[in-house]
Amino acid sequence: MGIRERLSGNEAAAIAMKQINPDVVAAFPITPSTEIPQYFSSFVSNGQVDTEFVAVESEHSAMSACIGAEAAGARAMTATSANGLSLMWEMIYIASSLRLPIVMSLVNRAVSGPLNIHNDHSDAMGVRDAGWIMLFSENNQEAYDNLLMAHRIAENKDVLLPLMVCQDGFITSHSIENIELLEDDKVKAFVGKYKPEHYLLNDKEPIAVGPLDVQSYLFEHKAQQAEAMKNAKKVILEVSKEFEELTGRKYEFFEKYKMEDSELVIVCMNSTAGTAKAAIDELRAQGIKAGLLKIRMFRPFPAEEVAESLKNAKAIAVLDKADSLNGAGGALFEDVVSGMYVSNIHVPTVNYVYGIGGRDTTVNEIKQVYTDLAKIAETGNIGDPYRYLGLRRK
Amino acid sequence: MSNLIEIRWHGRGGQGAKTASLLLADAAFNTGKYIQGFPEYGPERMGAPITAYNRISDTPITVHSNIYEPDYVVVVDDTLLECVDVTAGLKSTGAIIVNTTKDNDELKQLLKGYSGEIYKIDARKISMETLGKYFPNTPMLAAVVKVSGIMSDEAFLEDMVGSFKHKFAKKPEVIDGNMKALEMALKEVTKV
Repeated sequence: MGIRERLSGNEAAAIAMKQINPDVVAAFPITPSTEIPQYFSSFVSNGQVDTEFVAVESEHSAMSACIGAEAAGARAMTATSANGLSLMWEMIYIASSLRLPIVMSLVNRAVSGPLNIHNDHSDAMGVRDAGWIMLFSENNQEAYDNLLMAHRIAENKDVLLPLMVCQDGFITSHSIENIELLEDDKVKAFVGKYKPEHYLLNDKEPIAVGPLDVQSYLFEHKAQQAEAMKNAKKVILEVSKEFEELTGRKYEFFEKYKMEDSELVIVCMNSTAGTAKAAIDELRAQGIKAGLLKIRMFRPFPAEEVAESLKNAKAIAVLDKADSLNGAGGALFEDVVSGMYVSNIHVPTVNYVYGIGGRDTTVNEIKQVYTDLAKIAETGNIGDPYRYLGLRRK
Repeated sequence: MSNLIEIRWHGRGGQGAKTASLLLADAAFNTGKYIQGFPEYGPERMGAPITAYNRISDTPITVHSNIYEPDYVVVVDDTLLECVDVTAGLKSTGAIIVNTTKDNDELKQLLKGYSGEIYKIDARKISMETLGKYFPNTPMLAAVVKVSGIMSDEAFLEDMVGSFKHKFAKKPEVIDGNMKALEMALKEVTKV
């Protein structure tokens, strides 16, 4: 049995990092993820970890330091949010193209401007094509569990890609909730030692990292990254299975809630999935066949598996907590509908952009979405597929 | 979800409403409950109105939104009664607990005909007598435990000794005063 505790999402992430005890943590504080390096630096000062903590002067340097450390052969971690991730952007691509399995805790927040420190997913969506594995977490427990699995996935030799674990800023990062922790020794045994195959500090094998990659090679290297991303699917399932055997907590590409017979389905990520579950419980009590598909693994995107799970629905709403401002629909919506189209599955599907800049999303609002879906299922009329939820109109 | 208790705190920045909500979550957690404790972060400034929330349940809690129809409302500063709609959505089967020295009629008038139970407590007097400083959150924490009946007085006090020992590890001299404040508040919170 694990340890019954109550922690905020940030505390959960920091404790996961303590138990992982990485070689290097480099971070620069930014709301709402500041507490993670803050707590972690106290673990360093108290001698609870033997990590080299690098208090850098910017997020660009934080990611650069992680890249240097990981290339040297060390296990490196960081944490950031929103504009911090924006400032890392150049190095985010370097990390993934150098195939360095860095692990980041991303506490999702709106990217400025105008300045807003609250939750949405615009930071994560900005790096969705950057070659990082992206796992989303409904609550503190999932943020903790995903971090414990992160290195096993990222460092697998068939993967070797950086990985970020997302959770909702303030909504879960600053909310105290129950959690079950693993004992330190079990985490240590599960995560294991980092044994890189090629690294700069190996004097038996001198290598260069990050040289010029001209017309005759870059294409092939990018294809290898894409291949690694595909390989990550199998590894994520294997590691999740092993984690389930250890903890009893089951993780897959996505969680299906009341999906067996559901006709009206919401697809979303992070904390809103929990609110949707409460709405579904109320609707099910009234005999409405509502269900939820909660995406955990956003990159790689499980297009085929999502489509297969949605094929029996009568109407679907995909909830995006970031507006792509493209006049067509949010990022998750486009991934879901293109996945269904390619699998030749055609179910009426609409998109709701919601929760922007920390706008609260309530059980009643989620129930309203199911009411809209019932109407679409009945009439077959989609209307405007690109909608808002919780937007003030006056 | 019928066992779910939802609490909304109204205070001013610096009065410790957020801390009180976290301490209440802690205390309920220690009696085996599922809990949430979270503040609504706005532009934080000393003295500005702030809101914090608790959910307490016998079963896991999945909702992640603010609380709009609370069972209990705690008002840490009675000057908020004139500028914040503190009874908004408050269930008529619930109760509101106000830190105030106002007389019953004036208090009722400020609560605009709220039909549920109203409790009041002079947290300033208790805090000054026991701590020598104005920290209203400690008495208000005890008051909401008493009114909501989330746990017994004994279980609460026993748990809080532990919490204060942890929280005030670097200034143990304030633990006794805080415990006295809790004990006084449990006795002095009165129904209007």
